[in-house]
Amino acid sequence: MEIFLQQLINGVTLGSIYGLIAIGYTMVFGIIGMVNFAHGDVFMLSAFIALILFLALTQLLGVASVAFAFVIVLFAGMALTSLWAFVIERIAYRRLRGSFRLAPLISAIGMSIFLSNLVYVLQGPRNKALPPMFNDVLRLTDGGAYDVTLSVKQIMIVSVTAVLLAGFWFIVQKTSFGRAQRACEQDGRMAALLGVDVDRTISLTFVIGAALAAVAGVLYIVYYGVINSGDGFVPGVKAFTAAVLGGVGSLPGAVLGGLLIGLVETFWAAYFSSDYKDVAAFSILVVTLIFMPSGLFGRPDVEKV
Amino acid sequence: MEESLTPVRSRSRLKDALTGAAIAGAIMFGLCFPILAFRTDQNFSNELYLLSRWPAVAFAVGLVFVLRFTMLLRAPRAARPQAPPSPTLAGALQRLARYAGGAGVLALIAFPLVMVALLGPAGAQKWIDNFGIQILLYVLLGWGLNIVVGLAGLLDLGYVAFYAVGAYAYALLATYFGWSFWLCLPVAGLLAAAFGVALGLPVLRLRGDYLAIVTMAFGEIIRLVLTNWTALTNGDAGISSIPRITFFGWPFIAGPNGFAALFGLKFAPVHRLIFLFYLILALALCVNYLTRRLRKAPLGRAFEALREDEIACRSLGVDTVATKLTAFALGASIAGMAGALFAARQNFVSPTSFTFMESATILALVVLGGAGSQLGVALAAIVIIGGSELLRELDGLKQIFGPAFDPTQYRMLIVGIAMVGMMNWRPRGLIALRTPSIFLKKPKLVVGALAGEGRG
Repeated sequence: MEIFLQQLINGVTLGSIYGLIAIGYTMVFGIIGMVNFAHGDVFMLSAFIALILFLALTQLLGVASVAFAFVIVLFAGMALTSLWAFVIERIAYRRLRGSFRLAPLISAIGMSIFLSNLVYVLQGPRNKALPPMFNDVLRLTDGGAYDVTLSVKQIMIVSVTAVLLAGFWFIVQKTSFGRAQRACEQDGRMAALLGVDVDRTISLTFVIGAALAAVAGVLYIVYYGVINSGDGFVPGVKAFTAAVLGGVGSLPGAVLGGLLIGLVETFWAAYFSSDYKDVAAFSILVVTLIFMPSGLFGRPDVEKV
Repeated sequence: MEESLTPVRSRSRLKDALTGAAIAGAIMFGLCFPILAFRTDQNFSNELYLLSRWPAVAFAVGLVFVLRFTMLLRAPRAARPQAPPSPTLAGALQRLARYAGGAGVLALIAFPLVMVALLGPAGAQKWIDNFGIQILLYVLLGWGLNIVVGLAGLLDLGYVAFYAVGAYAYALLATYFGWSFWLCLPVAGLLAAAFGVALGLPVLRLRGDYLAIVTMAFGEIIRLVLTNWTALTNGDAGISSIPRITFFGWPFIAGPNGFAALFGLKFAPVHRLIFLFYLILALALCVNYLTRRLRKAPLGRAFEALREDEIACRSLGVDTVATKLTAFALGASIAGMAGALFAARQNFVSPTSFTFMESATILALVVLGGAGSQLGVALAAIVIIGGSELLRELDGLKQIFGPAFDPTQYRMLIVGIAMVGMMNWRPRGLIALRTPSIFLKKPKLVVGALAGEGRG
């Protein structure tokens, strides 16, 4: 029971990170029907940006308060990663709308290769580790054979995720951008006829997706404390799995899918074998796409001639 | 009026160009700021510290500023209409390509002999192995994937899985059961094809981009299983001392039963490499011939029709699942045989050779070579694989960039950006010329840039 509770806590923490990344996949897929293969690498890049900003703040500028540094890194990381996404969309995807169907995907794969190797070349091949922070731990049970703990990091990750998702939900549901975004998702051509600036909306969609991935990147570096230029691929695929599981195009689906993948991964590692935890995630992806391609909340994909 | 307008306009254009360039420079600064400006490094107690690189940032920002400025100053805002390449030019290119193909084959046949003549048997080894055999293996893989991606239009991101199946098939069968290479080569191909069919059956009714993702997941699953099933595969440590290739039973050894004694030659290790080189070349030429014939056969036409428009294909009665499955199995069997050759070349296999990056590299060969173009794929393999190997040989670069300089890092950087550029600029490839397979009166050339795109 204690182990179950502990894994539940760990799984929800990991799932929050996956959910934040998954939203970027699902929004972009919803609006232009493209698998943004480079999204996982944008996440990795944002974790590197966060790492460097942390070091710059604490070592060069002498910021003593870790919480203060965290807030600055969070917002600066979101801004800088958004800038990357804006440029990437301009360079790699904008001109490909209306090209043959696989062109944007191949371009995205190229972008993914470029980003991971750019970070590799600029920052070197080693794992980069931050000194651990927010180390306080709460004991939930005491005296038993196994203490269930809840770390401050985990509380922080889940609460930051919840607050940002609420803000994001407000943007999509209540603002004019959100209305434009949903309109483009339903019917881009009609939205254009009604005066929606489709290009700008798509660009903003990429930017918001990247900003949420940046939050995931900052939380990831705080939680694990270590990042490598190759670390974008596997979390990216898992987050994509989450998006597929929740139903591509569905925002609550992406969050729920993220939580499910996080839980499956931690429970699998705890009860079966940690060697095959990635196989579990990849298998969910394959099985979902084959047997349930519209996911939990997605619209069925109707092919029209 | 006219006279007074002109200078004003030009001045405002200069101003526009300056502001545009300033914005581009500012964006570039934002991109560079943390990731280029600071390099993280470890000190002796393994703590990270930052090294600043502001001159590099200034250079990058300045470069973007100047480029953007000249671009804005030169070109008017409205895009100039681009003239599509004329069919006559395309025809000339294709005739050239035909001769280039023949000349290329002759050059390849001569390559190991020229190397031995120039550098001697010991000096030629490195060139035949690192350049000849490695490039040919990639050409073989590229041509195999070309059947799947270029002809049938199925984006397979897990192609390296079949390569791994072939390599491990040879490694395991040869080390555990002592099967000879000549038995293992077809078995590796068949086994990989069986994997292709087993994977293909459930997933081939998925739409294009989902298929790509599922094949990628499959490739990763295979790699993870190879890594974790240590009882069979020895995990990350890999399988070593795989039996070497023999000349139809005569091993390449110095003794009286060896290949050298059989032909009365003086023993040299380079013989084995030369033989492997010609073997891969022969296999690659077979694949090339098969692909060329396939394009004229009903099956190949079904592949191409499927690539252009799946719905139209289905409504005309083509069994799309069977057709896709055939393409998948064909491509997989070629990768399987390439895998067996890879294992025979290295005498060692480990899961680290079969990462997603390897799949991406092979896909890049097909994409950059122009999907469907055999010569293009071969040229892409020579430029990308051979180019980075050649850069590794140049000692001057090490003196400029420091001793840790490794061109393979930059190779993927350039390959990635080239894939993006290719999709933007010419999604059908550099020398992708498509001759319609069926015509009424006289054959016409259709240039990739002129052809309409079907929903694939």
